[in-house]
Amino acid sequence: MSAPIIEIRDVSKTYAASEARPALADLSLEVAAGEALAVLGPSGSGKSTLLNLIAGLDRPSRGTVRVAGTAVHALGEAALAGYRRERIGMVFQFFNLLDDLTVEDNVLIPAQLAGVPKAEARERANGLLTRLGIVRHARDYPGTLSGGQRQRVAVARALMNNPPLLLADEPTGALDSASAAEVRELLGALVAEGRTLVLVTHDTGLAAQCATRVIELVDGRLTRDVRNSPVAVAR
Amino acid sequence: MSRKERSGRAGRQSPLGRVVRAGMGRKRVQTLVMALTTMTAVTASVLAGGLLLDSQGPYQRAFTAQHGAHLSADFDGSAVGAEQLAATAHVAGVTGTAGPYPALTLHPRVGAGNRFMPAGDPLDTTTVVGRPIDGPLDDLRVTVGHWLTGPGQIVLPDGDSPLDIGDTMVFPDLPGRPLLRVVGLASSVTGTADGWVAPQEIPALTPPGTVPQQQMLYRFAHAGTRAELETDRAAVSAVLPAQAMVGSASYLDAEQQANRTSGTFVPFLVAFGVLGLCMSLLVIGVVVSGAVTAGRRRIGILKALGFTPAQVVRAYLGQALIPAGTGAAAGVLLGNLLSIPVMGVADKALHSVTLGVPFWLDLVVPLGVLAAVAGAALVPARRAGRLRTVEALAVGRTEQAGRFGRSAHGLASRLPLPRWLTLGLALPLGRPARSATTMAAVVLGTIGVTFGIGLALALNQVQQGLSQEMPGAVQVMPFPAPGSGARPRLVTAADLAATGRALAAQPGTRSWTEISTARTGVAGHAGQTQVIAYSGDSSWAALQLVAGRWFSGPGEAVAPEAFLTAYGLHVGDTVTLTANGRGAPVKLVGEVLSLHNELLTGAGSLTPLALPVVPDATQFAVELRQGTDAAAYSDSVNRVLSRHGLTAMPNTPMISIVVLSMDTLATLLTLMLVTVAGLGVLNTVLLDTRERVHDLGVLKALGLKPRQTVGMVLASVALTGLAAGLVGVPLGILLQRTVLPAMAGAAGTAVPGVDLDVYGPPLLLSLLAGGLVLAALGALAPAVWAARARTATALRTE
Repeated sequence: MSAPIIEIRDVSKTYAASEARPALADLSLEVAAGEALAVLGPSGSGKSTLLNLIAGLDRPSRGTVRVAGTAVHALGEAALAGYRRERIGMVFQFFNLLDDLTVEDNVLIPAQLAGVPKAEARERANGLLTRLGIVRHARDYPGTLSGGQRQRVAVARALMNNPPLLLADEPTGALDSASAAEVRELLGALVAEGRTLVLVTHDTGLAAQCATRVIELVDGRLTRDVRNSPVAVAR
Repeated sequence: MSRKERSGRAGRQSPLGRVVRAGMGRKRVQTLVMALTTMTAVTASVLAGGLLLDSQGPYQRAFTAQHGAHLSADFDGSAVGAEQLAATAHVAGVTGTAGPYPALTLHPRVGAGNRFMPAGDPLDTTTVVGRPIDGPLDDLRVTVGHWLTGPGQIVLPDGDSPLDIGDTMVFPDLPGRPLLRVVGLASSVTGTADGWVAPQEIPALTPPGTVPQQQMLYRFAHAGTRAELETDRAAVSAVLPAQAMVGSASYLDAEQQANRTSGTFVPFLVAFGVLGLCMSLLVIGVVVSGAVTAGRRRIGILKALGFTPAQVVRAYLGQALIPAGTGAAAGVLLGNLLSIPVMGVADKALHSVTLGVPFWLDLVVPLGVLAAVAGAALVPARRAGRLRTVEALAVGRTEQAGRFGRSAHGLASRLPLPRWLTLGLALPLGRPARSATTMAAVVLGTIGVTFGIGLALALNQVQQGLSQEMPGAVQVMPFPAPGSGARPRLVTAADLAATGRALAAQPGTRSWTEISTARTGVAGHAGQTQVIAYSGDSSWAALQLVAGRWFSGPGEAVAPEAFLTAYGLHVGDTVTLTANGRGAPVKLVGEVLSLHNELLTGAGSLTPLALPVVPDATQFAVELRQGTDAAAYSDSVNRVLSRHGLTAMPNTPMISIVVLSMDTLATLLTLMLVTVAGLGVLNTVLLDTRERVHDLGVLKALGLKPRQTVGMVLASVALTGLAAGLVGVPLGILLQRTVLPAMAGAAGTAVPGVDLDVYGPPLLLSLLAGGLVLAALGALAPAVWAARARTATALRTE
């Protein structure tokens, strides 16, 4: 098994001092490079909190979070921004595309923030949009696309800087069944390429199809951790 | 208050009350901005309104308050008795009298132990009147110290006194060398004396063998013009022995001077007032409108819960009026507190009675501003009331940018600038209406700053120009040096000639000119005019020119507007001066900046009139070579001049209380305008940033750094600020060029163009950048807030 890309040690997260129950409690977890981890659990179990801590969008109240050797929990705001640019690609439930920008401009943003030369960035964006089958929508605005197409744009944006880690928070949660199937297939293909994926979902079908490992959180604690043979990868 | 009490109170509150309270609590910054804006608007309006009222007829007000006299008449005490004088109260047209008061013309000297003047120095001839503080007419208002409480005391006129409280004056010519201590300064609205003592003091101050004059004060039924006053004076004089009335003074000169000063305040107070009002209405409208826009989803929820449209309107009106009411109350308090020092300075300039802010203004201003707030809030509140529930509930997190905004993003992305910067630059174009209001606030602020700075600089230029009436680094005056112990003596023509030679020979002299005063007639006009005659090279001592040029030889002259208006003359005309049955034509070659009604010419122009030299009315002005110390020069040349009864002294610049008070007011009002403009920008950018917090969260999740987030938000106001500067600066300059001549016109002069041209390239560039700075200052707090906002929270924001 390859070296862990994510190392979480004794992490707790409490949002307010008055809260009786922490969102995460003494969680320790390792994720190997190339692994596709699905995080399951009921609402309020701490799934999104875990993803936010890995993405550097939030800080643990206690414990350490390391991603590819970087102590994410100890980074300052500016360093966290750099970390997110280069190490992380994120896909959200509600796409989080900027409605004022075209599809191409949305996809270009991570590269532009990272200072990638314009021509190279455009070439990269064009390649991703082609690969994801939405290049004909490059000049369109997100509002004119279907949910599945929008999520494809979001995946293209997440892959723009070719990050070693892809994080997805309920990527099919806001989609109809046809669009959800499209996204499942897309994520499955990415996992098959060997990309490391952390996937937070309620969708057990998605987990079964894409994940090589499934964990379950209940009340902020790890209650299940099983290996999985994903359908998509197997196929 | 305990939690239980609070919850009990909340429990008693109506649902509407709870919604209003919760709305204000949820939008604390907007609520604070609304309260602060209203407070600033009310403070500025109370202050400006109070000053405007204060400057309306200050003299007439003081005249009424102090029961001023239309005429002050002095009578020969040996020619008329008190009964005869008292009987003049019955002369036809006389409506009131005071007196008779004994009056003496004395020659005091500085007493021992005075703070600023050496003992023994002569003081000006002083008319001392023995009278009580009040009477039927001319109540005296003590401004510093107190009224007479015992023997050996004197009260002097405020603003015209060489001595301070506690100083003494002695009368060495009188038996027993009586001494009077200054215990107070007071103002007489008609300027009836140079000092007031208790009547019991008069016998000790009366020179042996003389009888004190008697002063009577009169009010008449008709005293609006000089002609009416002359008729009244003649009527009083006619019932008394011939020659009994030895002098008189009318209130009209004092009134003219006071009204002239007050008139200069009105134009700039009006300009600031209009700017402040526009700004306040704009910002309040923007704030309330923004609150409605930002609360659309909340409105939907309220309606879904059963709130009627009228309740929604009332809720939003309440959310505007409660903080505005608090701000208005604070504004009234602050305006009244500030009015004490500010109106004190202004009243000193106006020689006026401090009215304070009238009570009705304290009511009318906040009610007016609250009505304006209600009006501004009603439009968006009614919009909220009309909003369809489903539509309101369906509103997403960010209102979509229109086609224009999208095009702007497309264009901006092509600029060779970092992406975070181009994203920020394109933002205002997505919301053109909101950006326009931000721009309007910055434009008004920039106009205020440009106008305020231009006004202050121009006033100082005018002040410097006026100080050219006393030119040069050193002045030579026709009296002995204070503290030298030398007795004053009459200066002769030979002394003046010797002084000229001494100045010419003194190392350090660059130029000098002799300035004399003469009185001549003007052909075709009754009465006499004052002529200032320069000898020697006067070109360096030229007054600022409004038009034409300085005179260059005999037969040429310059004059200020007061003279030209009085005689109906223009530059280029020739006027003939008359004296001793002779005439001297002089051509007017220029108009100069001066508030006096006089003609300025070379002494050679007066030669044909054979006027006698009046050495006592002559002084010298000396310009020094660079690096020469004025004090050392004066000491050195005084060794020669002291033999001739003249004294050289460094020319210290005058500080005009009028200019000082205008500068104070302009600074205060400009700061208030800038504050309101900044609050307006702060509110708009905050609103925009809050609406875009989700998008900002997305960008931060994609790697936008905190510094870049701040830069992006600041960039979103950069174009607006720059454009506002480009619009506001020319308008501010235009306002300065409109208001200042109006102020000068009220003071009876024109303004030289050079005094208006205060906006040099560095200042212009700074002012143009000022719009940018103002916008950036207003946007800084929201930008920092955006940078600090937790990304995870922002991403959850709907």
